[in-house]
Amino acid sequence: MKVIVNVSLKAGVLDSQGKAVHHALNSLHFNGVSDVRVGKQIVLNLNETDEAKAREEVTRMCEDLLANTVIEDYEIELIK
Amino acid sequence: MKVTILQFPGTNCEYDTQHAFKDLGAETEILWHKSENVPSDTDLLVVAGGFSYGDYLRSGAIAKFSPVMKAVKEYAKNGGKVLGICNGFQVLTEAGLLPGALKRNEHLHFLSKHHHLKVINNDNIFLKELNKNDVVNIPIAHHDGNFYIDANGLKELYANNQVLLTYTDENGETQNPNGSVDSIAGICNKEKNVFGLMPHPERAMETLLGSDDGVKMLKGFLSA
Repeated sequence: MKVIVNVSLKAGVLDSQGKAVHHALNSLHFNGVSDVRVGKQIVLNLNETDEAKAREEVTRMCEDLLANTVIEDYEIELIK
Repeated sequence: MKVTILQFPGTNCEYDTQHAFKDLGAETEILWHKSENVPSDTDLLVVAGGFSYGDYLRSGAIAKFSPVMKAVKEYAKNGGKVLGICNGFQVLTEAGLLPGALKRNEHLHFLSKHHHLKVINNDNIFLKELNKNDVVNIPIAHHDGNFYIDANGLKELYANNQVLLTYTDENGETQNPNGSVDSIAGICNKEKNVFGLMPHPERAMETLLGSDDGVKMLKGFLSA
């Protein structure tokens, strides 16, 4: 099973990279952008086939390693 | 006095740190991260600066799972003194030995220069040779030095005198190079035996090389 983990800075934690990208987009005259957040995507291939178990395992991976929950949030997406 | 200095793949300040402590008269040992224990005669354990595991994923994120870190946590729990410099500070926050986290510098640049710091609290072994409000000149060299902690955590840091150093100009006026909360450059844990800072005192040991203000900081550990 393929699992996509998206890690991004928590709302309320200043995202300097997002701000810099936003600024650059504005200077390219993409004026309709109201906010930019930059995160990272981690793609996992799991042997597990049970969705609930996979989600539980990846949640532990996020809490232990993939995200720093002091400053980051994570989203887990299971792809069949 | 025995100083044990941790070495991960990618650590690059271990020899500077060793040189600095040797200069101050300490016995030193560099400890590879595969070790499962901290030498029993260790008086101070230093997590040296560098780029452990290439800063992959996040600075310090992978180093925290090195075999030696379990022993470091045990050592700290039993009151052993731990000092994390730069990447070492990042490793200690990732490992949960110090509160908060280190984010990418606000202006996204890698900073490598001398910077002034003000002593906020000196009621600890690390800064006891200095006075409150003293200004020291210490090099910084980091990309992820933007200290973050939430409002409650910050309140707790102040309540327990855990804020050690802030970034200032030479007159002690706040000057924040990286966006860190309240311009914080260094903190300690509540028990005051685990210390972390982004600046490099071990690089400020000779006036010939710009500053010897690091001597007063590191010496604190030797005169315990």
